[in-house]
Amino acid sequence: MSLNLLAIFPELLLLILGVLLLVIDPFWKKEDRRVNLGWYSAGGLFAVIILSLIFARPTGSESAFGGMIRYDGLAFVFKMLFIFAAALTSLFFMDAERLQNRAEAYLLLIASTIGMSLMASATDLVMLYLAIETTSIPMYVLSGFLLDDDRSTEAGFKYLLFGALTSATFLYGLSLIYGFSGTTQLEAMGGFFGTFNPVSLGVLFLLVVGVGFKISLVPFHFWAPDVYQGAPTSVAGFLSTASKAAGFAVLIRLLMIAFPQMAVDWQMLLAILATISMTLGNLVALAQTNIKRLLAYSSIAHAGYALVGLVANNELGLNSVVYYLIAYMLTNLAAFAIVAAFGRVTGSDELRAYDGMSRRSPYLGLAMLIAFLSLSGMPPFGGFIAKVLVFAAAIQDGWYWLVFVGIINSIIGVYYYLTVLKYVYLYRMEGEVEKQNPIQVSRPFVLGLSIATLGIIVVGVIFSPWFGLAEFATKGLL
Amino acid sequence: MDFLNTHLLTTILFFPVLTAMIVWILPSDQVKAIRWTAFGGSLIAFIFSVYLWMNFDPNLAGYQFEEQYIWYEAIHSTFHVGIDGLSLTMVILTTLLTPLAILASFGIVDRVKAYMMLFLFLETGMLGVFLAADLIIFFVFWEIGLVPMYFLINQWGNPKGERELWGGIKISSRNYASLKFMVYTMAGSLGLLLAIQLLGVLFRNYDLVYLTQRWTSLDPNGTLMGVSTATVKTIVFWAFVIAFALKVPVWPFHTWLPDAHTEAPTAGSMILAGVLLKLGAYGFLRLVLPLFPEQSAQYAGWMAFLATMAIVFGAFAAYGQTDFKKLVAYSSVNHMGFVLLGIAAAATKIGTEDATIALNGAVLQMFNHGLSAAGMFFLVGVIYERTHTRNLEDFGGLFPLVPVYGGILIFTSMASLGLPGLNGFVSEFLVVRGSFPLLPIYTSIAIIGLFFTGAYILKGIRKVLHGPLNEHWAHGEHKLTEINLREIIVMAPLMALMLYIGIWPTGLLDVINKAMSALF
Amino acid sequence: MQFPVISIIVFAPLVAAIIMLLMKEEAKNEIRVVALTTAVFDLILSAWVYFQVYMNPTMEYQFVEKVDWLPALGISYHVGVDGISTPLVLLTGIVMFTGVLISWGIDDRPREFFAFMFLLAGGVFGVFVSLDLFLLFFFYEIAVFPMYLLISIWGWKVTREYAAMKLTLYLFLGSVFALVGALAMYFTNYQLNGVLTFDMLEIEKAGFSAQFQYIWFLPVFFGFAILGGIFPFHNWSPDGHVAAPTAVSMFHAGVLMKLGAFAALRVGIMLLPEGAKQWAWLVFGFAMVNVVYGAFIAFIQKDMKYVIGFSSVSHMGLVALGFSTLTADGITGASLQMFSHGIMTALFFAATGMVYDRAHTRQIPELGGMVKYLPWVAITFIIGALVSMGMPGFSGFVAEFPIFMGVWQVSPIAAIIASISIVITAAYILLVVRKVFYGEVPEHFEGHITPISILDKIALATLVIFMVALGTMPFLMVPMVQEGVNNVLRILGGA
Repeated sequence: MSLNLLAIFPELLLLILGVLLLVIDPFWKKEDRRVNLGWYSAGGLFAVIILSLIFARPTGSESAFGGMIRYDGLAFVFKMLFIFAAALTSLFFMDAERLQNRAEAYLLLIASTIGMSLMASATDLVMLYLAIETTSIPMYVLSGFLLDDDRSTEAGFKYLLFGALTSATFLYGLSLIYGFSGTTQLEAMGGFFGTFNPVSLGVLFLLVVGVGFKISLVPFHFWAPDVYQGAPTSVAGFLSTASKAAGFAVLIRLLMIAFPQMAVDWQMLLAILATISMTLGNLVALAQTNIKRLLAYSSIAHAGYALVGLVANNELGLNSVVYYLIAYMLTNLAAFAIVAAFGRVTGSDELRAYDGMSRRSPYLGLAMLIAFLSLSGMPPFGGFIAKVLVFAAAIQDGWYWLVFVGIINSIIGVYYYLTVLKYVYLYRMEGEVEKQNPIQVSRPFVLGLSIATLGIIVVGVIFSPWFGLAEFATKGLL
Repeated sequence: MDFLNTHLLTTILFFPVLTAMIVWILPSDQVKAIRWTAFGGSLIAFIFSVYLWMNFDPNLAGYQFEEQYIWYEAIHSTFHVGIDGLSLTMVILTTLLTPLAILASFGIVDRVKAYMMLFLFLETGMLGVFLAADLIIFFVFWEIGLVPMYFLINQWGNPKGERELWGGIKISSRNYASLKFMVYTMAGSLGLLLAIQLLGVLFRNYDLVYLTQRWTSLDPNGTLMGVSTATVKTIVFWAFVIAFALKVPVWPFHTWLPDAHTEAPTAGSMILAGVLLKLGAYGFLRLVLPLFPEQSAQYAGWMAFLATMAIVFGAFAAYGQTDFKKLVAYSSVNHMGFVLLGIAAAATKIGTEDATIALNGAVLQMFNHGLSAAGMFFLVGVIYERTHTRNLEDFGGLFPLVPVYGGILIFTSMASLGLPGLNGFVSEFLVVRGSFPLLPIYTSIAIIGLFFTGAYILKGIRKVLHGPLNEHWAHGEHKLTEINLREIIVMAPLMALMLYIGIWPTGLLDVINKAMSALF
Repeated sequence: MQFPVISIIVFAPLVAAIIMLLMKEEAKNEIRVVALTTAVFDLILSAWVYFQVYMNPTMEYQFVEKVDWLPALGISYHVGVDGISTPLVLLTGIVMFTGVLISWGIDDRPREFFAFMFLLAGGVFGVFVSLDLFLLFFFYEIAVFPMYLLISIWGWKVTREYAAMKLTLYLFLGSVFALVGALAMYFTNYQLNGVLTFDMLEIEKAGFSAQFQYIWFLPVFFGFAILGGIFPFHNWSPDGHVAAPTAVSMFHAGVLMKLGAFAALRVGIMLLPEGAKQWAWLVFGFAMVNVVYGAFIAFIQKDMKYVIGFSSVSHMGLVALGFSTLTADGITGASLQMFSHGIMTALFFAATGMVYDRAHTRQIPELGGMVKYLPWVAITFIIGALVSMGMPGFSGFVAEFPIFMGVWQVSPIAAIIASISIVITAAYILLVVRKVFYGEVPEHFEGHITPISILDKIALATLVIFMVALGTMPFLMVPMVQEGVNNVLRILGGA
């Protein structure tokens, strides 16, 4: 197959998948929709992964489509990550009452995934912008999907506005880059942005605004809590993981390829952003009473942690970022899935509604335990390894103060994660009627959650293959 | 047999523990079996020690029947036991008194199993001190002996009476007594422990033979750990002295004794007075004098002063008692004073003939007092069991009612008093003979004390046996019963020995003399 | 490769935890049986390992297993035991076994209880046998978070949430500081020797500069010593002890605190010897405060469990004290004390738990005369008290004596001051014994105190046997500990 084809092999398959979905959907009977849609999407997405692994694995780093996209490890690994997240999310969609039989939901999911895949491989400014929009617009719609729910509409709308604003800023930055460098190819820009130069810094900052929005970095995070809270929970899960990872992919490429010589500057800039993200994310999370908002602020904090690896700007640092995103994706998907199921049964997302959850459904409680402990960075879960690697990279590059901030923040994190677990395990429901109020979940949900939970443990214990994956992704970037 | 010959000391030492284990697995309600097993076991231990006596060669200096096993290498302490004339005497005393005390305890009905087990553990503890040839082993057994005695007093002691602690807390007398006993002894032990640790740090070895040699051969003008050797030696000397002085007990550290002796059960008092007090004196002889000859000589005057005070005040105090048991308790203070006097006198001029005579007297007094004190306490117990009072005023003219008991009481009292022909005289004479040339003034005062010894003993006898008959005990339900066979059997060996040593002291004295001459 | 005994010991509890979690919640008795079987199995294995090391004590590590884990970063699964860790492995086995016996009566979700407890046990075993720094931290954290769940869910209602959170945050903080230090060592070793490795045996030979060691010794040592209860970071310990359910307290004081001290030795002293020598005086000073202050505070407590909690602070101070002397005697004594105190405090908490379960109060003034109904508890508690006082013939004396010898070599005055604690210890523990077990039985207890079960008796007897055995026959443990200590001295002397 030609290089160009291989480079967009996953995207092509996804496109076919999506179109087929749209075409076949009207022919399915209403009651079968949920099952068909769900398994079709999930199965299809898993199939895409497998087929891509077999046919379209890159061996080196090559440019395709005239320099628009890159066919390399970074792109490939991230694509697989997104598709995997989408697959799990479609399984979780099957459990969400108002999404499960709407073909549009699954389609939007797939569409957004296509966008993300392109984001990960884009090496041209225009391509990058297109990819970002392709990702974002379906997500705006998905966030506001529940038309009769005020919160959801508000979420969608807010996301749209914020996204538009930052998109514009980003575009402005891109245009400035083009203006200064005369090219839209990332590869070619490397030399233009040399050492400290207020203009370069300004341009960089504008780009960071755009990407920072996607990653939900402070101070571009304001949309996150409201959107996560308002959007359908499984959508929030997907947003917090895949979308964020996509942002990171873009950031890595930009910084490593277009701005390598300004490393000293963007390292400090990112370090500051990471610090305020971690700190603000954790501190505000402490005050939350709604679990979705808590998880939102928690993801803001985690974005900060992951960023620390990038600040380190060394091999271990880049590897640790990728590893972090893998572990984090599994963890957050699991966490949001549980919240989704629980919200569906009880109709509440308040923290105190979770009192006695472990007695209502011991295995769900256990999954929550695993997910939250991974979030707080405890072994034997992926979150622990991820945090250690990120901090190790920072130490290697001498960022002791940053690591110190990270440590303090981790401890704050431990506090509120354990508090949630306390509600789940220690506290009882009113009247202690847990046994009469179990949490029923569907089979696909169980499958998805099991994969995610087992994944968290596997990533935390047998980490050589995943680290290898990270190395594969970051090969040749520095 | 060969095993026995090579392991005789450890056999004697641990046989009581073995007996205790057997007692442990007996059912709690088989009281008779428990009693007789305990008695039998302790009797066998006594037989072993007689065997030891017969195979002991008094002419050899140093330890015999030595055994040494790896024990605690990290601190260079081995399980090293050995016997010489001094410790042999004490071992015989211990293994003799224990079965008698157990026999005396046949009247105990409450938790007999625990009582007997504690008693047997106590025996091992005491034997261990006498047999130890390693300082750590000495200390281990010294401390181990405390615990059973604490519980014996606490649990089986006199249930009546109340004492007040600080802050108005009231506890029963026996609690008070056992606590005081424990606290006093442990306070002394603390100093001892620190001193032993210091020795360990300096020499990395706890073997008594080794230590005696090295410690005494240290250059007196040198420094140890930054302080002058002389100062260190003095501090360590006093640490040892205080620990042992508390045990003997030396006036003014004696105040635990009257309470402990009085509140303890009869057999407990027998062992307490009979053996435990000797542990302190033994410590002086085995450790203080050999390790600190200069300091002993230097402070001998102080020791003799305290000893004399013990003799005199002990006698006065005994005279003033109305409680029979307390009288006997103070008599222990009085008699042990002689032991200490002999040791102190000997310390002033170690190695001379006078010193050796004084030491002979001291050791023999240890043995004799063991016998007579045990006997006296037992006899008090006998009358108490029948009358449930120890108040001398409650008795009176009992001799016609219980003539056999009366006879035995008089006999034992005379031995305690030091009547020539009985053992007490021999030892007291030797002490006085040996001490007089060395410390004439103190000895003179002590002899005056002897006068009062006679006074209180005679008072005791008079109050109990002579005078107008107290009708209360003559008729009805309070009618006094005569001393029974078991009780006579308890007293018989003691009396026999008292007589034997009184008439023919050489048997025992020869061994002691040779040991003292060899040691000093 | 020889049979991987150590790995089996470490993973058996973890596997058992997973199995139990998959069992039905209602199958409570089956769950208990699974737990007990695993505990017995692990005890036998650890005893076997102990026996093997006892027969052949050496300075090297034995039962070594090494498998690559993440070669790119030099992380390997590297385990082994030496003379110091073998007794601790045995200790964990003993406490696990007795802990299961004591917890037999837990009726509220025993499945989760035993699962979390075994997770804890697995983590603890793992730390003791780790020879790879990363692996050590991995297991160390695994040993920390189950404590939160165990205390907050099954603990004493009044303070459990507060105590659990405080404990977890404190320990996590400490471990993270130590982790940073470990990472610093990892990267500096790379700079010095060009090899990326977390292997502790390699890092031992790294040749860090004295300056580096001076700086990093503090976070590493104190980071771990926090778990060992060193002043001034001991504050989590008494509350944690009191709030935890009985078996968890046994684990906490009996084993977990040893984890901290042990890791402080393994990582702090053995990998940063120059730092150890530089800062020994500081550790010594803090440890002295632990020993004396801990004893005084224990004296004034009214709650039985607080007495024992502060007693643990005091006795663990002796461990730190022994380590800080950097002498053969001191470190030997400290290692023995870890074992002796572990058994003793497990016994204390077991006994206290038995009293509390029946009397429903732990306030000393409200208790009394328990010997009448609970003679076994009384007698074993008394034996524990004797161990606590350092009475010869028991393990406490065997452990404390060399520590004091070590202290003498550093400062005779300090030895005398520290010995005050022995007196205070005797005072408070005898007071507890007298008031709780002897004296008058308060009326409302008459007839309400049920006797203890056969399982409880087995647990108590097991613990007593070890205390007496070590006390009367120190040669059963001392030679292997000495070899381990020789290894430590080699590092200290050579560096």
